[in-house]
Amino acid sequence: MKVNLIYFAWVRERIGKAEEEVELPESVVTVDDLLSHLKGLGEEYETALEFPDVIRVAINQEHVEHDEAISGAREIGIFPPMTGG
Amino acid sequence: MSVPSPTIRVQAHDFDLQMEVNALTGGRTDIGAVVSFVGLCRGEQGKLSALELEHYPGMAETEMKRIADLAIERFSLTGATAIHRYGRIEPGQNIVLVIAAAPHRHAAFDGANFIMDFLKTSAPFWKKEHVADGTSGAWITAKDIDDKAKDKWR
Repeated sequence: MKVNLIYFAWVRERIGKAEEEVELPESVVTVDDLLSHLKGLGEEYETALEFPDVIRVAINQEHVEHDEAISGAREIGIFPPMTGG
Repeated sequence: MSVPSPTIRVQAHDFDLQMEVNALTGGRTDIGAVVSFVGLCRGEQGKLSALELEHYPGMAETEMKRIADLAIERFSLTGATAIHRYGRIEPGQNIVLVIAAAPHRHAAFDGANFIMDFLKTSAPFWKKEHVADGTSGAWITAKDIDDKAKDKWR
């Protein structure tokens, strides 16, 4: 499936781009799978996603847990813990 | 009475506290208490030259509205406003405004407190420090204390 990935804050800086469209293999089912898959795409991804436990993910602009399935996602946001307010 | 819809804005420019309070209370007689919170950029004893606020456009507004709607329902607020700025913000300048209105003060205090606690940990904003010696500083790290603050509302 094809999905639009959007990165923020230090995840964006480490990967070196703000967004991209990627084609995902069928083996990528959950958010966890997605993060593992992305880590294999190159050194910059590995650096950005080195500690997947701290990474937050939103599917279609809604927060999700890492065991959530990504089927039906048009847009997946990947970012560090939030520090607004 | 219908459930009030909160005023939610994400903007680069500053906000005016009194203007926002007036907008919320003007022409109404059902509000007995208004509590407002303004978060400002600290100078950190001269070490910080500015904060850079990044946000997730679209999701930031959606998440702020979700939080405000929760507060309205939980504390029976009669009105709520949440405004968060993005971009470069210097020490002494405003970052965030939350207003909660209710018939009585306890609900207004709790409502504003609740909205801020959830906004800090769930609204997609990130702060980067620019330090006074001109170097680009680090991204601010999320604090456990903020997660704990949110947990008290469980």
